[in-house]
Amino acid sequence: MFKAFLVKYAEIAIKGKNRHLFEDALVKQIRHGLKKADGEFRVTKEQGRIYVYCDSDYDYDEVTGIMSRIFGVVGFCPVVIHEMCGYEELAKHVVKYVDDIYPDKNKTFKMNARRSDKRYPMDSMELNRELGGVVLDAFPEMKVDVHNPDILLTVEIRSKIYLYSEVIPGPGGMPVGSNGKAMLLLSGGIDSPVAGYMIAKRGVKIDAVYFHAPPYTSERAKQKVIDLAKIVSRFTGPIYLHVVNFTDIQLYIYDQCPHEELTIIMRRYMMRIAEHFAKETGCLGLITGESIGQVASQTLQSLAATNEVCTLPVYRPVIGFDKQEIVEVANKIGTFETSILPYEDCCTVFVAKHPVTKPNLNIIRNSEKKLAEKIDELVDEAIRTTEVIIVSEES
Amino acid sequence: MEIYFDNSATTRCYDSVRDVVVKTMMEDYGNPSSMHQKGVEGEQYLKDARQIFAKILKVNEKEIYFTSGGTESNNWALVGTALANKRSGNRIISTAIEHPAVSEPLRFLEEQGFEIIKLGVDKNGQISLEELEAALTDKTILVSTMYVNNEIGAVQPVEEIARLVHRKCPGALYHVDAIQAFGKYQIFPKRIGIDLMSASGHKIHGPKGVGLMYMSEKAKVAPIILGGGQQKGMRSGTDNVSGIAGFAQAAKEIYTDREAKNISLYELKEYMIEQLKTLDRVVVHGTTDREKSAPHIINASLVGVGSEVLLHTLEDRQIYVSAGSACSTHKRSKSPTLSAIDAKKEEMESSVRFSFTEENTKEEVDTVISVLKEVLPLLRRYRAH
Repeated sequence: MFKAFLVKYAEIAIKGKNRHLFEDALVKQIRHGLKKADGEFRVTKEQGRIYVYCDSDYDYDEVTGIMSRIFGVVGFCPVVIHEMCGYEELAKHVVKYVDDIYPDKNKTFKMNARRSDKRYPMDSMELNRELGGVVLDAFPEMKVDVHNPDILLTVEIRSKIYLYSEVIPGPGGMPVGSNGKAMLLLSGGIDSPVAGYMIAKRGVKIDAVYFHAPPYTSERAKQKVIDLAKIVSRFTGPIYLHVVNFTDIQLYIYDQCPHEELTIIMRRYMMRIAEHFAKETGCLGLITGESIGQVASQTLQSLAATNEVCTLPVYRPVIGFDKQEIVEVANKIGTFETSILPYEDCCTVFVAKHPVTKPNLNIIRNSEKKLAEKIDELVDEAIRTTEVIIVSEES
Repeated sequence: MEIYFDNSATTRCYDSVRDVVVKTMMEDYGNPSSMHQKGVEGEQYLKDARQIFAKILKVNEKEIYFTSGGTESNNWALVGTALANKRSGNRIISTAIEHPAVSEPLRFLEEQGFEIIKLGVDKNGQISLEELEAALTDKTILVSTMYVNNEIGAVQPVEEIARLVHRKCPGALYHVDAIQAFGKYQIFPKRIGIDLMSASGHKIHGPKGVGLMYMSEKAKVAPIILGGGQQKGMRSGTDNVSGIAGFAQAAKEIYTDREAKNISLYELKEYMIEQLKTLDRVVVHGTTDREKSAPHIINASLVGVGSEVLLHTLEDRQIYVSAGSACSTHKRSKSPTLSAIDAKKEEMESSVRFSFTEENTKEEVDTVISVLKEVLPLLRRYRAH
């Protein structure tokens, strides 16, 4: 029934001279996304709008599912297309459209005619008036509301006639790749996949690093992180996941430093290693799922202590979110169910009963001095043995 | 070399099992319900299998039913008996150490209004016959106990239980979950007084996805899987010829020289326990009394080392065992058996299960012990405080 989709995008339309770059990026992302769907599609940019034409049979749920995960898409309208025709026939098409799409007629509506082809004998005002009358005659339960209608029924007269009214929401944001790349510290928890999603939504391409601590964390824990990356990659495209074996560093810190500082010092080394890979791969920032006060290592003092070791900016998109708010996003993007699978992650294995919540930087730096003998070697070794897995929706 | 000490989780198929499975998939693949010759060939495997099991258990062939595995057999025995006998009473007696394939159906039946009594166990994992006797009332329709406990290998006195049940409640049925016992014990349900019994293929070197239920001719049990009327309408669904033929072959093989195999298993187990005891801070759960414990299961706590951490450390050396209980900080699922025998918290967190089969050797035990000696000090040094 729907032969095309009209893509709505808000933010990228206001970017001045860069506008076409963003539009091109969005078109590219839509084309790329639709490659996964069965069927033939054409994505075109015409008169400041993006259309997806469906040139063959396709699965509606599959295509709308893909479209609703493409960053930059604010919403999209399934469009019914008819050959150019006279008013009488057009009126029939409009009535049939309303009848098909809205089984429950108890709704308010507003006609929204747009005559792009000025050769059409009636202008927009006339079309609105006449077609509105036709709809009211056909469905007496329906009422006109020009300010806040339930249905905004658009009729576009172009080389063909386009009818649409429903808007399926997209994720918003900006097309992936239009704003550089950043490195996500991905754990198996609820927060970090959400953080990655939120930054990617702003057009940032994402790579990730995961710290694996066998035998204290299992292969299943690693698989869980791969699965999470895979879910996030449905939105972001392929993710290069760096799996770092962190066990020796962790044990060395355990041996040398006060136990209650273990988590903070460990996280400082995680940041250092993540930054190494970020710089190596051209990332312009780090991303974490930290949220103020959630655990001992996420107090402002602790955040300052881990932040100190980085020169790249660290983006923490869920910093002001409550757990419940993060869970809502995790549910929306489909990572929650996987995140709550009960496997140990390496931050919790050796966690002290009473970890420091207000670390003093001088004390932490002093403790780190005790690592001087071997730590560089261990970090180099961890970097050298890191496994890179390319995670994508299809992999 | 790989050392597989997780034979209570599953076992490797016998070569002869593989052969018959392949044959029934590639050559004799007919559906026993088909009327043509191919169907007849398929049916012959079922007849042979039934005969093999009937002979091993000394029961009638028509008392053998094939299922999709131990879980289905247990579900059927419990739910099917409850459905068919609810007019006679609503009390079902079981134990606190059952496998979830029994305890979960019981929970379901409890929600349906049945009264479920769970008998506690002593430190060896055995129920008390006095307690059972006290729990048996004229409302009792079913008693269900395991034969061998899957976690610690404790053996229930099934003969005494059967006698007691039938003496006090002649109308009640006695079901035995023999999934860990079948293949290790000579079990004659009729002679003992077991009315229903579950067994599983993949625990005895057979294929996964096949099990059996022995159901006494006199037992009144409703089918829970309805359909095309296979197996006299008691268990519908196209017969799993490959699985059943493989299961029967495995049973035949495992019951050959069973006694000799069991003696070596007991020796191996006792040898390992002896060796484990030379290590620091090791608690072996249950008893080593051969009368009261199975030949193939050891449950030990290496106190101070998380079960899962030890499991992954051993896995790194290609040694495969089970964690006594999942020890994630997110969700600590307590082992029902270890809780029931009053194991300490630190023991539960560090419990691992070693389970053997006839192919395991003393050399393998020696390797595992020497690996443990090597890794335990390190693992004990690093832990959460």
